[in-house]
Order: sequence, then structure tokens, then C-alpha cells
Amino acid sequence: MKTSLKFLVALVLAIAALPAAAALNVFACEPEWGALAQELGGDKVSVYSATTALQDPHRIEARPSLIARIRSADLLICSGSELEIGWLPLLLTQSGNSKIQLGTPGYLEASQYVAKLEMPKVVDRALGDIHPGGNPHIHTDPRNISKVAAALEERLTQLDPANAGTYHSRAKAFLDRWQAAIARWEKEAAPLRGVPVVVHHKAFSYFINWTGMREVASLEPKPGIPPTPSHLAELLDQMKSQPAKVIVYSSYNSPQAAQFLSERSKIPTVMLPFTVGGTERAKDLFGFFDDMIGRLLGVVK
Amino acid sequence: MFTKNAVALAVAATLALPGVAAAQSQEERSQEELRALREQVKQLDKRVTDAEQTAIQASNRPASESAFNPAVSLILNGIYSNLSQDPKTYRINGFVPSNGEVAPPPRGLSLGESELAIAANADHMFRGTGIFSVSPENQIEVEEAYIQTLALSYGFTIKAGRFFSAVGYQNQIHAHAWDFTDAPLVMKAFLGNQLSDDGIQLKWVAPTPFYFDLGAEAGRGKSFPAGPAGGRNKNGVSSGNFFAHLGGDLGTGTAWQIGASYLTTSPQDRVYDDVDSTGTAVTNSFTGKTRLWVLDGILKWAPDFNPTETYFKLQGEYFRRKESGDLTFDTAGVLGTQTGGYSSAQSGWYLQGVYQFVPLWRVGYRYDRLDAGTTSIGVVDSGALTAADFPVLAAYSPTRQTVMMDWSPSEFSRVRLQYAQDKARSDAKDNQVFLQYIVSLGAHGAHKF
Repeated sequence: MKTSLKFLVALVLAIAALPAAAALNVFACEPEWGALAQELGGDKVSVYSATTALQDPHRIEARPSLIARIRSADLLICSGSELEIGWLPLLLTQSGNSKIQLGTPGYLEASQYVAKLEMPKVVDRALGDIHPGGNPHIHTDPRNISKVAAALEERLTQLDPANAGTYHSRAKAFLDRWQAAIARWEKEAAPLRGVPVVVHHKAFSYFINWTGMREVASLEPKPGIPPTPSHLAELLDQMKSQPAKVIVYSSYNSPQAAQFLSERSKIPTVMLPFTVGGTERAKDLFGFFDDMIGRLLGVVK
Repeated sequence: MFTKNAVALAVAATLALPGVAAAQSQEERSQEELRALREQVKQLDKRVTDAEQTAIQASNRPASESAFNPAVSLILNGIYSNLSQDPKTYRINGFVPSNGEVAPPPRGLSLGESELAIAANADHMFRGTGIFSVSPENQIEVEEAYIQTLALSYGFTIKAGRFFSAVGYQNQIHAHAWDFTDAPLVMKAFLGNQLSDDGIQLKWVAPTPFYFDLGAEAGRGKSFPAGPAGGRNKNGVSSGNFFAHLGGDLGTGTAWQIGASYLTTSPQDRVYDDVDSTGTAVTNSFTGKTRLWVLDGILKWAPDFNPTETYFKLQGEYFRRKESGDLTFDTAGVLGTQTGGYSSAQSGWYLQGVYQFVPLWRVGYRYDRLDAGTTSIGVVDSGALTAADFPVLAAYSPTRQTVMMDWSPSEFSRVRLQYAQDKARSDAKDNQVFLQYIVSLGAHGAHKF
């Protein structure tokens, strides 16, 4: 028993003493922030994205593999605004990692840097799974990405001053390309202005706000509550009097409800990548917006 | 951005117009005006930027004065039970009674335990959690009350206070988050339904790409399998638990975790009630050493790790316990107190599967089995008493089969129907039907894997 205990202690110390990997470990709660960290950090960062575009970020299990990853993270970047409330607090308390706890430079909540939409005036669960801090899906407006990029550059510099030059030049290069892309997207997306849209979940509110589309209904009767037959029947009535031009669902939603309404109302559906990785074309942040706009123009024109 | 530029341009244009047509002599004055204009534009620009900042801050402002209050949640649950056997006579034959809350709820309609949970970061060093349950008999019990470190590094976490022991898998999960109404038989027989202890836990998570942890707990030993109830009158540690877990992902939809734990404690005068061969109620007690090994495993599958539409969960645990020491018959001396050696080696396991077949709806099946193994009682071996004087310890292997279906309209409510055929008693089969609701008010809880 004594020898095995000594061995155990030795093993623990040996592993604990391992030199930290050269690159800054970034734990991104969602793929868009992982992609952004990769853009800014290049080979100076090692990025792990905890979720994919095929997952509902509200409903993530605090899986053992996520705890293992957050244990070694130097920087955590998440949407915040209570999007990850069902799983991130658990990962944080289980991680044994003081570097990424709330209030440390290693904890970055993207939604703190942008003006949020849909701040609820009344907070009550009878209204569904609403977020008291406003709609957390801020990444669907490219102007928000710029703001978070600036904040991220600051954090990267603070945590890894040795590579400040790299982060600065990469951030500048990214933002230049990004501004140009925004100008291009705004031109391309002009036909979307005023287009009435039905969404599955309020996942694209920022995109809709940016492009000037008009959200007229959602397939979920209440945020976070799956579509019900009675609600879909109501929507069908609504579509008869005030038809929308397109029904939008995201890469992690089941298409059933959207198709049900589409078949009966003859309004086309379109699946949008929820984030980077949601479709083949959305392989990075640029492709994500290219694809969203492209897919919508495909049905709206 | 566009608005800001547009405003600046409009102001510039309006104010600049009269100056444009000015003669040579007026050039200096127009230069001055231009400077003033520039200053105005700059100030406007600043005001617009400030307004934007204020908008961002306003949208981030905490909702109310109570923003610093801890996360509070209240779990309410109620149950209708239809039992073919009287729950007051519930016992698990072949096993030393744990004196825990192992019996099913009373027949008919009853309120379950209401649970109040309060948690928050105390400061940058500690997080505190308090979970209090109010029994339907209006008694308040501290289920868990512990602090946990936030600022230790290298994967270390220390927990201190009263908490559910990391022995096995389900023991650490609160009853309201269980997939079935009641605990597996192994938990009822070996942990007195659910083991919480006053103590300290040290846990280390390895810096590996897969999950690996090691931990140890030192406790007061305030309840079964330790004893006496409330803990021994002793300065040192009365109960120790060591555990390790290994976990990871398989492909893009399966997550798994396996664990092993070893609980050891030395109960002193741990009493239980029985009826001797003459039908007289007696109290017996055990003093000695108990060692419990648990192996547990859990596997969860969801397409692309997205459990919204459908998922499957497989969970199982194997318990093995050895006890050795002295067993005292009739501590009150009604029939004459006698003490002799005692040793037992017993085991049990369960396996359960839960499947969400459409959003909100789940079905589950659980199979429980206990093996009374071998028990030797000194006073029986010596012929002083007979095995019939220890009826509850008579070898028997209880089994139970359970099916359930539940519906969860949101993450905050669940209604469950469960049927079980419980053969914990050696002489009677208990058909149990439960209809139960569990709702959670307040803060959004985060559930362990």
C-alpha cells in the first residue's frame, strides 16, 4: 500500500510538472468563437471548440471529455448571457483550473461587448426559456464579430504578451478583411430588407436585425419549447392572411416542423448554418455569412 | 456607424454652405468656421460613441438589485403510490437493515421532499452550495452544505462540509434528477438509500485529452454503513473513500465514463431491529470493519451529441461489500445479550437504460439484483442461537424489475409513471405503481454527466 501510494504521488507530481504546451490553449464554448480565436491567434493558439453547429448550445451535457479539455485551458471564450448556464458552471467547478474562472483574464464572455437585442421586460418561465440578459445568439451579426475580435485581441495580448505583435497584426488583417466583407454582404443582402421570415427558434435575431428582414413568427410556441401541432395550426392560419416569404431553421433543428408548415403554406424553407461548421460552405466565419446570405437569396429572389 | 457619419456630414453640409460663396477677404473667417465645425463634428462623434457605449452597458446591466443574490432553486415533487404490500413492512432480506429511507413512499397521495438549493461563488476563492430538504412530515434536513475551491490550480479541487459521497455513480446525483422514482437496490442495501457524510474531499483531474480523475474523501461516518447514527465519539476520521474515473467520447455521439471507488469504515454499535425465533422484537448491533467496492459505468448516446430529439443512456453499477467484526444479539438484554464473531461477503448490481424516443418523452427499464452471498454469525455457528433468530440475515437474493415513462414539457418539469415488481422481501412480491411530478423553480440548475 505504501509503495503504491508513493508511486501515485510521484505520478501526480510528474504529470503536474509537465511543461505547459507552447501554444495558448483556447476553450471555445461555440464554434464561431473557436474560429475567431483561430483567425487572431494563428499558430500561437491551440483551439478546442466544445460544441458543433449540429448541437443546440442550450442543451449540452457536461461530458467528461469537456471537463478534460477545460482543465488545461488558458482562455475560455463563450457567448455568455446565460446561453451556457446548463453546463458551463459545472465544467468550471469541476475543472480545478483557476485560470478560466469568472473574473479572471482567462474568462471572456462575448456578449458583454455588444448591445443585446430582445432584453425581456418580464422574466418568467411561463414565457419559455428566455434569457434575462437578452438574446445570446449575437454571432449572427458580423458587426458584433468585429467588437468581440477587438476584445479577444486584448485578452490574447494580456495572457500571452510575448506574442502581442502577432495578435495585433493578425487582428488588424482580419478586421480589414472583415470590414470589406461586411460592406460586400450589406450590398448583397439588400434584397432581404423587409422580407418577412418565420424562424424555428430566435437564433437569428441579430442577423435579421442587421439585414433588415422582418421576423413575423417562430415555430417554437415559446423560446426553447418544441413546436406543437396546435401552434403550427395557428401559424398556418397566420400565413394565410399574412404570408411570410421564407421559413428558416438552423443546422441543429429537426426540419420536420418547418417542412410541415412549408407543405401546407407553400412557403419555401431554408436551412441556415447555425454557426461555423453548420454547412460545408460555412467552414470559417466568412463562409458562414456567405452561406447564410446565399441560401436566403436563393429562395427570396 | 452609418448614422454617425451621416449626422456629421449633414451638420457639416448645412453649416458650411454660407461660407462656400465667401469672398477672398472672408477666407480667414471661413477657415475659423471650418475649425469650429470640425470641433463640433468631433464632439458629435464623441456623443454618438458615448451613446453607443451606454446602450451596450444598459443591455448588460443586471436585471435588479438582487443581482448579487445567490442562485436559488426550489424543487417540488409529489407522488401517488399504489403498493400491493404495506411500505411499513419494507425490508431487503439477506442484508443488514441500513435504517435509511429505503421504504417506498406511503400509499396514496403524498408530498415528496421539497428541496431548496442555494449556491453562489462566495468570492474568488470559494463556491458555496446549500441544499435543504423539507420532509412531508415538516422536518428540515441538511442534504448538502459544502464549500468548494475555485482557485486551486493543476486540476485540484477541495470540497468540505456535508456532501453526497463520490461512491459509485448515482449516489452523487440528487433524487430529483434520477431517471427512476427510487434508488437502485444496491444503493438501498449498501448506502442506506443515498450516502452523504460530513467531511472533506480532494479531487485531481489529470491534464490528459481524455477524462481521468483521482480523489479521496475523509468523513465523520455519520450514517450507514458507518455507525452509530450521527457518528462515533472520536477525534479522527471514521470513514474513508477513494475513487477514480475515466471518461471520453466515442465518435461524434457517444460519451462514456467508468469509475471505481472503495469505501472503508469501522462501525461501532451499529444497531438494527429484527425479530427472533420466538417472535420477540430485538435490537442487534455490529462492531467491526466494513469495506465496499463499487464499479460503475455510464454511456450516453445522442446523434451528433444533440439530445434534443432523441438520446439513449445506459447506466450500471456493481457493488461488493465485506464486513467482519462482532455481532451482538439483543443489546437491550430482553432475552439475554450474546456476542459473537460476524463476517459477510455480499454483492449486487443493476443495469438501466433510458431512451428519449421523441422530444419530451422518455421510456426506461431497470433490472436490480442483490446477492446475499455468505454470512457467518458466531453465535449461530457455536450453537448458542439458531439462524431463525436472525431472520433478516437469512440468505436471499432480492431482485426488482422496473419500467417507467416520463414526459418533460420543459427542462423545469417532469411527470413520470413507473411500475416495479419488487422482490426485496423473501416472502412477498410488491407491485408498485408510482405517478410523480417533479418541478424546479428559480435558477437554472446544471446537471452532472
